[in-house]
Amino acid sequence: MSPEFIQFILSGITLGATYTLAALGFSMIFNASGVINFAQGEFIMIGGMCASVLVSAGIPLPLACIVGVMAAGLIGYLMERLAVGQCRDAEVATLILVTIGVSMIVRGLTEIFFGKANHGLPHFSSDKPIEIAGATILPQSLWVLAVSALIVVGLKLFFSRTQLGKGMLAASYDRLAAQLVGIDVRRVLTLSFILSALIGAFGGILVTPISTVAYDTGIMLGLKGFVAATLGGLGSGSGAVFGGLLLGLVEALTAGYVSSAYKDAVPFVMVFIVMVLRPQGLLGAKPTDRI
Amino acid sequence: MIKLPGANGVDSGSLPEEVVNRFRGLAALAAVLIILPAFLPNTFYVDVANRVAILAMNAIMLNLLMGYTGQISLGHAGFFGLGAYGSAILTARYNVPPLGGLILSAVVTALLSWAVARVILRLRGHYLAMATLGLGVIITIVLTNEAQWTGGPDGMPVGRFSVLGYSLAGERQWYWVFAVLLFATVVITQNLINSPAGRALQALHGSEVAATVAGVDVRRRKMDVFVLSATVSSILGSLGAHYFGYINPGIADFVQSTELVIIVVFGGMASIYGALIGAVIIGILPQFLAGYDGWDVVAFGVILAATMIFLPRGLVPSLAAAMRPKRGATC
Repeated sequence: MSPEFIQFILSGITLGATYTLAALGFSMIFNASGVINFAQGEFIMIGGMCASVLVSAGIPLPLACIVGVMAAGLIGYLMERLAVGQCRDAEVATLILVTIGVSMIVRGLTEIFFGKANHGLPHFSSDKPIEIAGATILPQSLWVLAVSALIVVGLKLFFSRTQLGKGMLAASYDRLAAQLVGIDVRRVLTLSFILSALIGAFGGILVTPISTVAYDTGIMLGLKGFVAATLGGLGSGSGAVFGGLLLGLVEALTAGYVSSAYKDAVPFVMVFIVMVLRPQGLLGAKPTDRI
Repeated sequence: MIKLPGANGVDSGSLPEEVVNRFRGLAALAAVLIILPAFLPNTFYVDVANRVAILAMNAIMLNLLMGYTGQISLGHAGFFGLGAYGSAILTARYNVPPLGGLILSAVVTALLSWAVARVILRLRGHYLAMATLGLGVIITIVLTNEAQWTGGPDGMPVGRFSVLGYSLAGERQWYWVFAVLLFATVVITQNLINSPAGRALQALHGSEVAATVAGVDVRRRKMDVFVLSATVSSILGSLGAHYFGYINPGIADFVQSTELVIIVVFGGMASIYGALIGAVIIGILPQFLAGYDGWDVVAFGVILAATMIFLPRGLVPSLAAAMRPKRGATC
């Protein structure tokens, strides 16, 4: 394997980890509510944005990161309470549009308060690239990979070991039955929005030192997270990881070998191909029609 | 005579009244379109009116798809962009006459949308949203990257529109073109919706299975509407490009597609006058917020979310229902 190829793989995996976190957020909300949250990218953006604004104001990095994540969590909470939760039995299209509306509000307010410029963050540890088999990787990429892996494992444990997690899972399988055994379904819904906002914000903060953040970076990140979730099969946790990594790798390889100008088109071409061949996603179960 | 409830909840027995209402609406529209220029003090306002008219026609086309067949499209501006760039490139680089460029672009868009529709109209809900969105994004990326053809992110100039040696110039001349086209769009769409084909469309929005059972070729109907609305948007794009005189890839992007969707849902799904009034409000709003970067986006977001939460049927149908509590909206 050429060092060049390894280099593309490494950057692909880093990218893929970010997409995975975005896709996990999508899947979590989709499971809990059947809503595709188009504001997921805004969660990612707001995490990175808040952290970088606080750091430039002189707040220490760890504290800034925590506040950034909390801010996103608060937005997730408000979003569910004030907007999505208000139209429970609406059509899919309606709910999609509500989340698009919220994303525009968040994006617009960010532009108003923090401006159009790109914001950065200092690297968490050294910014000297580490050499691996002729290729290099930034220590920050290792942070991205490690924290993403931790989040994935943590979520896995949360959903399989804790009562709250099992309750959320139960509510996603059958809302009525979950309610009947005493699970507070509304709380599950709120929680899923908070949780996916937290996950998204983590991702946003982790990549900001590498790729910077601006008020509109959330659009593309969110869309790619959606594509990753769709590729893996909406609502599937392992699908989100698989879809995210696959997307990151294909994108990095396309940028390296084909055309860097067209790397942003890759996800959408991929999702077209997958939808033609397997409309339920690569790992998803075949949907049945409810009449 | 057995009375069958129509798709709008209107008894077919009351059809004459519906027809009367339709003519009243058209007369009012014609009157507004004719009188309006007298109240527009300068070309700036005429320009806003023209842009609103383009927006309105695009929104009516999207509403045909979203409101009447229930197929969501988050990439509709892409077709507008294809028409605009098709005309711009053909006239500037190949010396094709503007009308030829318009027709050629429309044909290409029709073929493309037909090919795409074959694939994506099998999808529903989230997946259809994703696919149409992806299509729009891909079109924008191609327009941005193929700089040798399109001028890249900076865009490209477009020449005047001329037919048989007569060339259109100035906002006021264009106003009459757009006014006539807008009126025609409303008339034709209304006729289409009230035709058997239109009834079939509304049936498939209600339930695809039921429509199939009733003998509607669901797939075929959905494809027809998708291709029709894409092609008309392409034609609007061609005209818009000649009118604007300068285009960039932004006219085809996700933000534009979202704006069209906002117009449709805010004005009212399955309401032609809803799309029209939505376009007027959403089209004029940024003029008041000009210079306040970001606030226009926030305002659109609030309008979109609030409409979906408080007025899920949209402005015009909700108002119509409020004014005539005993009957369904007939717009």
